[in-house]
Amino acid sequence: MTDATANPAAAAGSPRHGSLLSQDALTKKRNAAETRFRLYGLAAVSVGILALILLLASILNNGLGSFQQTFISLDVELQEDRLDKAGNRNIEDLKKVSTFGYAPLITAAMAAKIAETGIQIEGLSAKDAGNIISKDAPAQLRDYVLANPEKIGTTVNFKVLANGRIDGYFKDRVTMASAELDSNVTPQQLMLADALKEDGVLIKGFNWGFITNPDASENRPEASGLGVAILGSLYMMLVVLILALPIGVAASIYLEEFAPKNRWTDLIEVNISNLAAVPSIVFGILGLAIFINFAGLPQSAPIVGGLVLTLMTLPTIIISTRASLKSVPPSIRDAALGVGASKMQSVFHHVLPLAAPGILTGTIIGLAQALGETAPLLLIGMVAFVREYPGAPPEGFFDPASALPVQVYNWTQRADPAFVERASGAIIVLLIFLLFMNAVAIMLRRRFERRW
Amino acid sequence: MSFVKLTASTLAIAAVSATAAAARDNVQIAGSSTVLPYASIVAEAFGENFDFPTPVVESGGSSAGLKRFCEGVGENTIDIANASRKIRDKEITACAEAGVTDIIEVRIGYDGIVFASDINGNSFEFTPSDWYLALAAEIPVDGAMVPNQNVSWSTVNAEFPKQDIMAFIPGTKHGTREVFEEKVLLQGCEDSGAMEAILKINGGDEDAAEEACMSVRTDGRSVDIDGDYTETLARIDANKDGIGVFGLAFYENNTDKLQVATMSGVVPSTESISTGEYPVSRPLYFYIKKAHIGVIPGVKEYAEFFVSDEIAGPDGPLAAYGLVSDPELSAIQAAVAAETTMN
Repeated sequence: MTDATANPAAAAGSPRHGSLLSQDALTKKRNAAETRFRLYGLAAVSVGILALILLLASILNNGLGSFQQTFISLDVELQEDRLDKAGNRNIEDLKKVSTFGYAPLITAAMAAKIAETGIQIEGLSAKDAGNIISKDAPAQLRDYVLANPEKIGTTVNFKVLANGRIDGYFKDRVTMASAELDSNVTPQQLMLADALKEDGVLIKGFNWGFITNPDASENRPEASGLGVAILGSLYMMLVVLILALPIGVAASIYLEEFAPKNRWTDLIEVNISNLAAVPSIVFGILGLAIFINFAGLPQSAPIVGGLVLTLMTLPTIIISTRASLKSVPPSIRDAALGVGASKMQSVFHHVLPLAAPGILTGTIIGLAQALGETAPLLLIGMVAFVREYPGAPPEGFFDPASALPVQVYNWTQRADPAFVERASGAIIVLLIFLLFMNAVAIMLRRRFERRW
Repeated sequence: MSFVKLTASTLAIAAVSATAAAARDNVQIAGSSTVLPYASIVAEAFGENFDFPTPVVESGGSSAGLKRFCEGVGENTIDIANASRKIRDKEITACAEAGVTDIIEVRIGYDGIVFASDINGNSFEFTPSDWYLALAAEIPVDGAMVPNQNVSWSTVNAEFPKQDIMAFIPGTKHGTREVFEEKVLLQGCEDSGAMEAILKINGGDEDAAEEACMSVRTDGRSVDIDGDYTETLARIDANKDGIGVFGLAFYENNTDKLQVATMSGVVPSTESISTGEYPVSRPLYFYIKKAHIGVIPGVKEYAEFFVSDEIAGPDGPLAAYGLVSDPELSAIQAAVAAETTMN
């Protein structure tokens, strides 16, 4: 009897021969399953990381070039007989000379430069030589002359953009071999560019214009920039922040802390969750119908974009706010109510501050999601070619503007290969914005996080 | 509750902003993605040379643009619609119902449609019949319609090299598709004698015969591209046997990657299209709401600037980009200046 209790395994009739130090078949099997599962997990993670690396590498590879640009330093003689035939420096008369009237000055300046530096290239016409300069340059000259009419008749040094193909040559996008076949650039022009570079006339520098310039037409990819798009995105985010945060927080506080739990609040809750999954284009259709056709707001304006994105972000904010309100322990509320605080005091003095980090994180993630959205903007006219900067807020909210993801979409559709680089560059800028916003979200959470 | 609050606040904001929004001072344009590059070149130059702000140009297709154009008269509707085809009677009726009665039609020039393949591949000299035989869904053989069995260009035309048929053609939402069907497939159907054969088979039903001529095979040898030409280019880059349909301007910007095929022995160029030798081309238009002239600043000035010699003429920036200049430009300039509306 005592033997049996001392050896329960034997009593059960299935003696187990083995020790903890040596594995039997079952243990081996279980351990192998665990190892396999770990490997699956590792494989899944590495696939994700690999995809990310590939994506980033291709974007950086394509897009980093857009932050560098080729410039040409040129002394342009502002010939009086071309720019001010009347000779009276009257601004209205000066305005009559269009940018087409300024183009010959650039060709002449280029010819003078070539003569001065003694560059000789066979088969290069003066027109071709002038064409290595961006078509944006005449506009630059005209703006300068209209601002400084007294400079007419003198020679002024300008730093003008090089043509997109010449710029591409110094970024290895265009080669001598491709120039042979390309109808927009000749090998002679590339040789001229090489010679000018040696003389220090042609310089490569950081491309501030890419951040500040407005979009440009297909004839001058080198002059295109993200200025209007960045402003438009910024304005929309401001509108979203101003509207979505108070509305979302108010709605969630009411639903979480004050609303009675009945069929109606359940219905609202289900609908908010559903709304979060509605495709964003639907909000665009809604925006077109309500804000533009019914309320008569202007098309292509950041205010409409902001309103549409607010509708899109609200469910995200409400859900995350409710989750963070829920995570505040009931003991805090009970303690506040116990010492005589009103329901509202307990919420605003105790619960809300503790839930703030979660609310802010949710809001910023919602904003980041809205920042990258294109589809709803398609219908309200923001997917457009916009060159005018919107004014300062609040009037600027009603001026036409573009948005960062829209600019990426527009540039990928252009025929000139130089826009591929621009589009990738715009993606980099967009990613930097997103990284920054997410970093702020993490920082806020770290800084204000409370543990119980 | 949140919904009530949301609606209340959005409506309040909308009401406030509707009064705050000042009169629109920029021209608003929408429509064809084929016309978009030209319109943006003009808009840019217009903004530079005039005191008016640069017009806002949207794309989205001819039909979408004309639909928005016909929504009515007023500041929150567009002023100008770009189109790669003529406005349809149905659209004119829809416009009239919404109060858009006076429409000015402006033809800006012609756009060529070219067939291009990878620069290092075989070169082709097509006729419309080759394309019909290569892409038709069913071909009449011995008095019966049979599914298209051609898999190689050499079976279509003995002079062609042995290369798999792989065509990237514009999707049905594009205006370009219509031109391709009418000027290439239908033409090829007639030229090759298939039209007569089909008429014999179906007993003289011309509409059905045309339909049969223009239906494209769906066995994967012809791929509809719903995106833009950059997508077609990427497809050809991935599949060197592919032959794609492009706009002339797109091809001229990518001559280092593509080689163009001749059509009926003519090389596509702005010259051969303007003389009418190259068969596959179409006119491009924009439509102006006359009611907006004088209300929205710059509408007429933009239109006049667009068709001026220094922009739309043979030496202007539009021609440099690939637009075939209209031979009757001076008549169009006069019509724009006089604000001649359509009947």
